[in-house]
Amino acid sequence: MNFSARTLILLGFLLLLAAVPALAAAFKEPFYLDLFRRIMIFAIAALSLNLILGYGGMVSFGHAAYLGVGAYAVGILAHHGIHDGFLQWGLAIGASALVALVIGAVSVRTSGIYFIMITLAFTQMLYYLGISIKEYGGDDGLRLAKLSQFGDLVDLSNPTAFYYLVLGLLTLLLLLVQRLVNSRFGMVIRAAKSNEARTRAIGLSPYPYRLAAFVIAGAICGLAGALLVNQTAYLTPDFMNWTRSGELMFMVILGGIGTTAGPLLGAAALLLLEDLLQGWSLLPTWVHRYWQLYLGIILVLVVLFAKRGLAGLLPERKGGKDG
Amino acid sequence: MRKSILLLVTGLTAAALVAAPAYAQKTVKIGFITTLSGPNGVIGEYMKNSVDLAVAHLGGKMAGLPVEVIYGDDQMKPDVGKQVADEMVKRHNVNFVSGIIWSNIMMAVAPSVTGAGTFMIGTNAGPSPLAGKGCSELFFTTSWQNDQTPEAMGKYMQDAGLTDVYIMAPNYQAGKDMLSGFKRYFKGKIVDEVYTRLGQTDYQAELSQLRSKNPKAVFVFYPGGMGIQFLKQYSEAGLRGQYPLYSVYTVDEISIPAVKHAALGQLETRYWSPDLKSPANEKYVADYRKTYGKMPVFYGAQSYDGIMLIDSAVRAVKGDLANKKGMIAAMRKANFNSTRGKFSFNTNHFPIQNFYLLKTVAGPAGQDPVMEIQKAVFTNHKDSYAKECPMKW
Amino acid sequence: MILVLEQFLNGLQLGVMLFLMAAGLTLVFGIMNLVNLAHGSLYMVGAYLATYVYQSTGSFALGVALGLAGTLVVGVVTELVALRTLYERDHLDQVLATFGLILIFNELIALLWGRSAIYSTLPAYLQDHVELLPGLRYPLFRLLIIMVGLAVAGLLWFVVARTRLGMLIRAGASNRTMVAALGVNIRLLYTLVFGFGAALAGLAGIMAGPIYSVQPGMGELVLIQVFVVIVIGGIGSIRGALAGAVIVGVVDTLGRAFLKPMLATITTPTAADAAGPALASMLIYLLMAVVLALRPEGLFPARA
Repeated sequence: MNFSARTLILLGFLLLLAAVPALAAAFKEPFYLDLFRRIMIFAIAALSLNLILGYGGMVSFGHAAYLGVGAYAVGILAHHGIHDGFLQWGLAIGASALVALVIGAVSVRTSGIYFIMITLAFTQMLYYLGISIKEYGGDDGLRLAKLSQFGDLVDLSNPTAFYYLVLGLLTLLLLLVQRLVNSRFGMVIRAAKSNEARTRAIGLSPYPYRLAAFVIAGAICGLAGALLVNQTAYLTPDFMNWTRSGELMFMVILGGIGTTAGPLLGAAALLLLEDLLQGWSLLPTWVHRYWQLYLGIILVLVVLFAKRGLAGLLPERKGGKDG
Repeated sequence: MRKSILLLVTGLTAAALVAAPAYAQKTVKIGFITTLSGPNGVIGEYMKNSVDLAVAHLGGKMAGLPVEVIYGDDQMKPDVGKQVADEMVKRHNVNFVSGIIWSNIMMAVAPSVTGAGTFMIGTNAGPSPLAGKGCSELFFTTSWQNDQTPEAMGKYMQDAGLTDVYIMAPNYQAGKDMLSGFKRYFKGKIVDEVYTRLGQTDYQAELSQLRSKNPKAVFVFYPGGMGIQFLKQYSEAGLRGQYPLYSVYTVDEISIPAVKHAALGQLETRYWSPDLKSPANEKYVADYRKTYGKMPVFYGAQSYDGIMLIDSAVRAVKGDLANKKGMIAAMRKANFNSTRGKFSFNTNHFPIQNFYLLKTVAGPAGQDPVMEIQKAVFTNHKDSYAKECPMKW
Repeated sequence: MILVLEQFLNGLQLGVMLFLMAAGLTLVFGIMNLVNLAHGSLYMVGAYLATYVYQSTGSFALGVALGLAGTLVVGVVTELVALRTLYERDHLDQVLATFGLILIFNELIALLWGRSAIYSTLPAYLQDHVELLPGLRYPLFRLLIIMVGLAVAGLLWFVVARTRLGMLIRAGASNRTMVAALGVNIRLLYTLVFGFGAALAGLAGIMAGPIYSVQPGMGELVLIQVFVVIVIGGIGSIRGALAGAVIVGVVDTLGRAFLKPMLATITTPTAADAAGPALASMLIYLLMAVVLALRPEGLFPARA
């Protein structure tokens, strides 16, 4: 098989991630296990957004909604005493897919700025809904009394086991999205992004494909939400805030839109950057105090000058697009 | 060019990974988490300043051991707050985690901190689960239980024989808790109970409704920017003279500079005020004003007390930070000079304290209004959730 | 009855405030195809400058004048430095870059004026009330907002439809290259339009400052509502912005005021108590969804 430099770097990164638990134990830094697990969970959310945004050109500003739906599915079931992981995560994925179907049915019909706005508005609606439901904590949120139970398969309260589960899911989903994007289905999505008129001219209506992609992306993000609520053992409507959607978009573009490695690199870069800007002892206090200023500057510079993101720094496969 | 950027990025990542604190000196490490960015970063600023002041007053030492405070920004997000707390406990190996403004972040952080065997000294949020069933011997708070402050206002208005009260709050958990705490003690007629959208800026519509209902008094809970807006618009609608306005957490030393005379006459209940007469408070307020040029606010007073509480415990065990049982026993005695004067802890490690009625009056010439204590509403008030806490001592 | 009238007036005033913000945004969208999330930041800049000047000099009028001028300058500088390259780029890039600008502006304001809200108030001569009808006393300043907003609407219509500048703007929106080929300095035109849009946002901020809280991040609170307005009204259309703004303002206001009592007539009081406020906060989004489902281009789309 002919691996491009990009794929090799991606594999290398995954291997590095696999080594983190061992490294963390060796250096006696268990915190890094949690940090990288959190990065991987957001990478899953980012890769779901990348599917519709990077490949499909659908700028969804409401993607964080599915993090919330997935998290709430798990949280609400747990609240009522149902701790079976399969049931919870199944519902998280199913509910997110359903919500994505409803939102998508209305939104995907629109395009451009309308699409951005309507996805944003739907997210805000869900956010206000979440805040006002007292039964499930409202703004205070819900605590997860017990993590999702998977019986003897895997114990989520074991940090390393949980870590490898997330890593496994991430790898699986990366492969899945890769396959999807390079399949006939994926081709239509990408063609529609490239030139919608031409796509229609050859007899394909982008709408059902786009809707399907939207639903799939929502479902994957719902899974990320279920993972996130287990990571924090807590959820709040804040998971659905539009600024979180902005962060996911930031991850996607920082990593490189429309690339396989992008979401992972972007999630890692953004979360590590945030952590560094706020706490790295090598940086002066005036950076710590106004860290969002520097983050904003970096974001603007990346968008203006490093459009292809971190993955864009890596050389492409010869004679073909996308690695 | 690309290659070098790539190398730089890899290098930085590696550096971040390895940049671990390696020293193992004996210091008292305190991880203080608050909101330091965004619109509510101002509250975190007051808390941080107060912590710095407390450490300075202690000469930077507790029981002879140097004190190190590590600050963390929760960005008002529970998952970030939890990550910051995890970093403090697992990476920096702090002996105490302290701070936290918001109830939802406290609910995400406290159980995981105490679950890891580390002290959680809360200095603001006082959610009811932590006061009740979720109480823990490693959790102490130097603030109050969320419901107590509106309960005090409810009692005051009940005792004052007021009736036909119009009550308002934003439509989220804290808003609902405030109004239900109020209703626990206020038994008079409530004309209407109105919930507005969280973050709403324009209250003109609600003020028109209020006027049409013609109540005898108005009670509201509008924290932060919402309070500033509500107050200004209430004033500009000419309602100040018509309907007396009572509130909790709406007017404080942070918002007064933004509203100035629009707050005059405002009545609030609180456990503390800058003019509270206690030696520790007089020192705190004077030094805060001298060092930072502003009047301190209750968030700060609580944070100051949090450090002093920790100090009392460390001194009691003579610096033996492994003796957690000893420190718990010491903290329970509340044997330190608090800015609120003498107080004691309830079985759930929440303070039993007084609550006062505060009035916003004109300040010295040319300066902003100040809040002054009028009378005590509750003396040695216990919160309503202590009986659900299984701890006995 | 008087109450309903008063609430209508409140809704109109809220709508007009939203229109001032929406007008600048829709102008920039429609003419230059630029999604500008930092529009809320320009609103914030206007509020801060006007408030600062008024509090320092004691002259409200000076505050308004310098606030407008200052926001115009800030807008133009931002356009020259950061936004120029974005005209050619797709919406995603614009969204992200302007999202970054929001962070930058908020922190710069926090650096200059601190994170707490600053004191802003109306001058004494604007604090009065006017008796419109027996029993209906309405704040003078809010009436002023309505008048200013409608005047701006009129001015905008006049400029775009009846002047040479307006013609150039419309032509540039249709076919940028052709207009440039005809010798018009399209870059200058775009900078001017953006500056104008910034000034409108600044004006909204100046009017809002005395009655709202002037603090970092104040723009984002209103921003989403403004986007809803534009989407409902139709992008690029001033008429749409006005219609959308008034509709959103009135619906939101009436919803907040009357939804709960209306619900109470059909369900139990406790259910109305819980559902009323929640529904009221979601109302404008529901409205937007309905409008988009029926007319995806908005109510009054700009003629292409």
